[in-house]
Amino acid sequence: MTKKLLTGNEAVARGFWQAGGKVVSAYPGTPSTEITENAAHYAELYAEWAPNEKVALEVALGAAVGGARSMAAMKHVGLNVAADPLFTAAYTGINAGLVIISADDPGMHSSQNEQDNRHYALAAKIPCLEPSDSAEALAFTELALDLSEEFDTPVLLRLTTRVSHGQSTVELSKRTEQSIKPYVRDIQKYVMAPAGARPRHAVLEKRMLELSAYAEKTEVNRLELRDKAIGIVCSGAAYQYVREALPQASVFKLGLVNPLPKQRLCDFSAAVEKLYVVEELDAFYEQQLKSWGIKCCGKELFSLLGEIFPPQIKTAITKQDTILHEETPNLPPRPPVLCAGCPHRATFTAIKKLKAPVMGDIGCYTLAAGPPLSAIDTTVCMGASVTMSHGLAKAQENAKVKPLSVLGESTFIHSGITGLINAVYNQAQITVVILDNSITAMTGHQHNPASGYNVRSLPAPVLDLAALSKACGVEYVKTVNPFDQKALTAALKGAQEFVGPAVIISKYPCILLPYVKRDKPLFVDWEICVGCKVCLSIGCPALSLKGTKTVIDSSQCTGCALCAGLCAKKAIYGRDNK
Amino acid sequence: MSSITNIMIAGVGGQGTILAGRIISLLALKATYDVKVSEVHGMSQRGGSVLTQVRYGDEVHSPIIDPGEVDILLAFEKLEALRMLPLLKPLGRMIVNSQEIPPLPVLNGSMIYPADIDQRLQTFSGSLSLLNAYELALQAGNDKAVNTVLLGKLSQNMAFSLSDWHQAISAAVKPQFEELNLRAFDLGAAYDD
Repeated sequence: MTKKLLTGNEAVARGFWQAGGKVVSAYPGTPSTEITENAAHYAELYAEWAPNEKVALEVALGAAVGGARSMAAMKHVGLNVAADPLFTAAYTGINAGLVIISADDPGMHSSQNEQDNRHYALAAKIPCLEPSDSAEALAFTELALDLSEEFDTPVLLRLTTRVSHGQSTVELSKRTEQSIKPYVRDIQKYVMAPAGARPRHAVLEKRMLELSAYAEKTEVNRLELRDKAIGIVCSGAAYQYVREALPQASVFKLGLVNPLPKQRLCDFSAAVEKLYVVEELDAFYEQQLKSWGIKCCGKELFSLLGEIFPPQIKTAITKQDTILHEETPNLPPRPPVLCAGCPHRATFTAIKKLKAPVMGDIGCYTLAAGPPLSAIDTTVCMGASVTMSHGLAKAQENAKVKPLSVLGESTFIHSGITGLINAVYNQAQITVVILDNSITAMTGHQHNPASGYNVRSLPAPVLDLAALSKACGVEYVKTVNPFDQKALTAALKGAQEFVGPAVIISKYPCILLPYVKRDKPLFVDWEICVGCKVCLSIGCPALSLKGTKTVIDSSQCTGCALCAGLCAKKAIYGRDNK
Repeated sequence: MSSITNIMIAGVGGQGTILAGRIISLLALKATYDVKVSEVHGMSQRGGSVLTQVRYGDEVHSPIIDPGEVDILLAFEKLEALRMLPLLKPLGRMIVNSQEIPPLPVLNGSMIYPADIDQRLQTFSGSLSLLNAYELALQAGNDKAVNTVLLGKLSQNMAFSLSDWHQAISAAVKPQFEELNLRAFDLGAAYDD
């Protein structure tokens, strides 16, 4: 056995591999992405990027029914997309083990909300495991597959950002090979029409009772009896914070967080003088405990928002004042920005001239919402740019300009395509701008069906977005290079004048891709610059104000010349081409 | 609690704070400590403030360092050093790359990059090393090696041997960058305040 430092995500991939897993399907999403990236490194595993999480979960379910241990990995909001198969997979059950990873993001480090996905386990009536470090991430992934097969159910493994992206020591073991189970046709079990589904619902309820009995005896639910004055129920990252803050307190650590071990929790509450529940986000345990008549203290002391760290736990429970150490106040913040040379910046520069409502989406381009670009009006969920524009246009029938939808190619494939079909079918007056940068960039450069490569960076068929749009019935489809501002502006103008839905594919690869050639940096000729600051309106990190005039940081400038095109005085150019 | 060493690495997305954290944690692991590391990926990578936290000792629970409990701050940028200053222990140690990377509100002229960062850092009650790691990295051959220059400086007062540092760096970087990073580390290790 070797000891290694692994992130929680690496540990999940390792655990899946060790447990004889076979099929992994996923859509990238922070903080879950590296699970699949790491799974793809194991030769014994089949791993893939799916176009969205519903597809991923259905692929994994099909593989599980087909006899292979399978995994679908996603971020918390991805499970919303995959909720449809989730609830009914709980009815059908599986054949070989199926583990579904939900990586939640308390604190919203990289997400649009901080929903608590433990509720999905409760609502779909499936078991949910929550690890508190990498060693448990590995062990619980293995356990999830065993439980899945023992109880014939999908199992949810809930991670949070701190567990996914935290590193801690893990003991590695060898892979235990699992033979592929035979595929057996069983329409009673797998055809969920009403006649078949009604008896399966009864099976589901019976299974939950059996799982409740299992919860009472499993070792992943652990009583740590120390000082009995304080007892704390917790799980996941919060367990580590509790141990840090109050090392003497008694703890009931939950590993299986759905269903809860009711009897053991009742016993724990009787064994300690005062019972607390420390959980990030919702009062998931607290509400259940209180519904059983157990007196405990939770959200009276702890916020429903964001993460809970050791100092807050210590202060809330011991009532001791902790000295607050805040970061130095009143400093310029450092928000994430679109990179120098980012093609999205060029697209937004042209879009802004239209003075139209812009429905945004999920991806790097969401960064264009902040000043100075301030180019996006809404960001809700994957694909919502297309559909919300359609709704907005229907509401604002007399508006003079068509609303725009702006989304990346990966997001378009994820769930923009159905909105586009709707837009054609119902004659929407919208312009959809697909920012095709040939990669899923925000999550750290994952391939997608339009990038030409698969999860292992091997060549794959390329989805033709223009042909796809035309096949949906869009009559106005143009593909342009956003750095050709004239062509992009003309295409946008044409789209806005066109009656019916229009699609513009603004195509240029992400500047951070290794194969993308950068031009020589430009500079600002101070003899010509009048300090009008128009070039600063695009929010390029290579441009800054020095006194009254602009300078270009040559270490960052990629020579994209977007700023040069905006300069009325022609004060920005390359050293070679004066 | 005092047996735990808390190292905070602060910088700007893309500067290589995660790699620095990985190298330190490899050393701690080799020295048979319990190690935990926390980092955040994703959105903040795009030029935003980034933090990597490394904690090691006999037994480490939380991967997050409590405010006011930072033993060593390794700051890849001056403004980020100032931002994190109050989180240090009074007798902690600060190693700061004197490079200035203006954030967007400064670039577009809506805010000012503080001119008195050096003086404000000098008021720190613990020890401060301010070095131009960017220049030293260029000397070593590539500005991307800022992180290993800073690790070199860090190595001066750590219990890990020089050969262990070299080994950890070699294990953590891609083979084609090994030589560059070892050179950068040595420049940092030889740097005298």
